[in-house]
Amino acid sequence: MTFLKTVTLLCAGLALAACTSPDRFGDDAAGLNGGMGAGMGAGMNGSASDPRSPAYFQQTVGDRVLFVIDTYNLTPEGQRTLDGQAQWLTTNRDYNAVIEGHADEQGTREYNLALGARRANSVQEYLIGQGVPASRLRTVSYGKERPIEICSNEACYSQNRRAVTVISVGASS
Amino acid sequence: MMARFLAPRFLALLALCTGVLAIPATAQNGPLRLEITEGVIEPLPFAVPTFVPGSGTSGQVAQDISNLIAADLSGTGLFREIPASAHISRVTSFSSPVQFADWKAVNAQALVTGAVDTDASGRLTVQFRVWDVYSGQELGNGQQFVGTEAGWRRIAHKIADQVYSRITGEGGYFDSRVVYVSETGPKDQRAKRLAIMDYDGANVSYLTDSASLVLAPRFSPTGDRILYTSYESGFPRIYVLDVASVTRRSLPAQDGTMSFAPRFAPNGQTVVYSVESGGNTDIYTMDINSGASQRLTSAPSIETAPSFSPDGRQIVFESDRTGRNQLYVMSAGGGEAQRISSGEGNYGTPVWSPRGDLIAFTKQSKSRFHIGVMRTDGSEERLLTASFLDEGPTWAPNGRVIMFTRETQGATGQAGLYSVDITGRNLRAVTSGGGASDPSWSPLQ
Repeated sequence: MTFLKTVTLLCAGLALAACTSPDRFGDDAAGLNGGMGAGMGAGMNGSASDPRSPAYFQQTVGDRVLFVIDTYNLTPEGQRTLDGQAQWLTTNRDYNAVIEGHADEQGTREYNLALGARRANSVQEYLIGQGVPASRLRTVSYGKERPIEICSNEACYSQNRRAVTVISVGASS
Repeated sequence: MMARFLAPRFLALLALCTGVLAIPATAQNGPLRLEITEGVIEPLPFAVPTFVPGSGTSGQVAQDISNLIAADLSGTGLFREIPASAHISRVTSFSSPVQFADWKAVNAQALVTGAVDTDASGRLTVQFRVWDVYSGQELGNGQQFVGTEAGWRRIAHKIADQVYSRITGEGGYFDSRVVYVSETGPKDQRAKRLAIMDYDGANVSYLTDSASLVLAPRFSPTGDRILYTSYESGFPRIYVLDVASVTRRSLPAQDGTMSFAPRFAPNGQTVVYSVESGGNTDIYTMDINSGASQRLTSAPSIETAPSFSPDGRQIVFESDRTGRNQLYVMSAGGGEAQRISSGEGNYGTPVWSPRGDLIAFTKQSKSRFHIGVMRTDGSEERLLTASFLDEGPTWAPNGRVIMFTRETQGATGQAGLYSVDITGRNLRAVTSGGGASDPSWSPLQ
C-alpha cells in the first residue's frame, strides 16, 4: 500500500482530526482555514463529493506529499499527487494555496524549519512547473512544530515529514 | 543598594526607590578558595544560619532569605549545606563574634551570617558577611542590600552571587532571569507562548498569549529586550519585545520569505538571523533601528543558528554544505568560514560562551542528542548530556552553566528545561511549572 492510499484511508476513517491538522491552528494568512478547522467536509470546505471543493482536493486529490528522512526531493508517488494538485489548481482558479513544509522531530528546531522550507519549495517548484502560476502559491515551514502523528518512531515520522498544500480562497487570477 | 561597611557600623546607606541596585564590588579573597575550573568533585560544606531578624521584620522573611541563599549555593553542585539541625551555634546577633569552633565542629568551611530588617516605609535591608571558618577570617567585606519586601528573592540571589563569587573567584549567576517558550497541550496540538522567570523557576510571567506559534526567544545583552520568532502574520517573522513594557514590533522582512533564528550582537543593536527564500536559508544581519540588512552567506546549503562571539568580531553558525550539519566560524561581516566541528554526527545551534572561551552546541549522533562544548577552534569537544532529545543550549552569565531543552520520547513526550555544569556534572531539571523549551539566559540583573 502506498503512503497516499494510507493517507486517504486515514482521512476517510478514524484519524480525521490528524488529517485536518494543518487547518486546526488557523494561524495562516489565508482566510479559509478557520472554517475548515471547524468541521470536516462542511461549510466553506465544501462537500468531498464536489470535485470543485477544497474538501475534494484534500481527500481525493491528496493534499500532501511525504519525504524520506532528511531529504526534500519528491518521490514518484509525491510527483503523481502533485500532478493531481496541479490539475485541480489549474481547473479551480478561484483558489490559491499555501504549501506547508514539515519535518519529523529528529533534528534541531532551526534546522527543521529550514528543511521544512526546502520541502515546501520543492512542491511549489513542481506545481509551477506543471503550470500553476507562482502568484497563487506561497510556502511556509513549520519545521517540527506541527506533527500530525505523535509517536517517536518511523511509523509516525514518515507521516510527519510532509508538505501539505492548503487551499485558500484567493483573488481570481 | 549596597554599601561597603567598616565593622561594626555601616557608614553608608542610600535610599532606593524601586527594586534593587548593586554596585559591583571587588571580591577580596581570603585563604578559602574553591577552584572550579577543573570541576569540583567534593562540594564545599557551608552553613547559612537564619539571618537575624530586626524588630521591624518577620522571622519568616529572614528565614526565606537564608534558605534561598543556601538553595542557590547548593544548586550549583559546588557547595553542600550543613543543615540547621546540625548547627551547634545559634547566631542571635549579627555583630557578636562568630563562634568558629562550633562551625568547625560541624565541618562547615564557609559561613554566611546576616541580619534583616524592615523600616517603617517597608524598605527591607539585608546585611551579610562571609566567613572562612578555618582561618576565622572574613572573605571580602560585609555588605548590605536594600529593596522591597516583595523583592526579597532578588536580594537573596544577590547575596548568593556575592558568596559564590568570593569563594570561587568567578562571577555569579543567581540574580538572573530566563525567557523561554511555555508549552501546553498534547504533542499534536501544542500551544506555545513566551514566558519569563527567575533563573530558579520562580516568578513566572507570560509575555505573549498562545494564539500564535512562537519560537526561540533570545535576550539582548542588557536583558532589556527579547528577540523571537512568531507566526503571528501566518509566516515566521522576527519580533523584538521590550521586557519592561511588554510591547513588541516586527522587524522588516521581505514578502514571501521566512525569517527566524535571531540573536543580538554584543552591541545590542545588530541582529544576526536566518532568512529563507525560495527554499534556501542563509544568514543576514540587520541594524535593529534602521532596519538595514546585510547578507553574510550565499550558498545553496542551509546556513542557520548564528551566534556572535562576545567581542562581536566573529559569528558561529551551522551549515549542511558538506551534506551533514557542521559548525563554522566566519567574520562578523561574512566571508569565508572555517569549519570547527569534526566529529561524527550532526552539529547544530552553536552558542558562544559569554567568556569567549567555549562554544556550546547540540549534537545528534546515533539517534541520541547531546549538549556539548568545544573550544572556539573546535578542539576539546566534550559532550555533557545524552538523551532522546536535548537541544538549544544557553549560557549562564558566568559561562559556567548551560541550560537547555530536553524533550521526552513518545506520544506523551514533553519538553522541559534542564541545566548542567560545563564539566558535565550537576544535571538538574529547572522547575517552570509545565512544559518549557528554548531557554535564553539573561545577563546578571
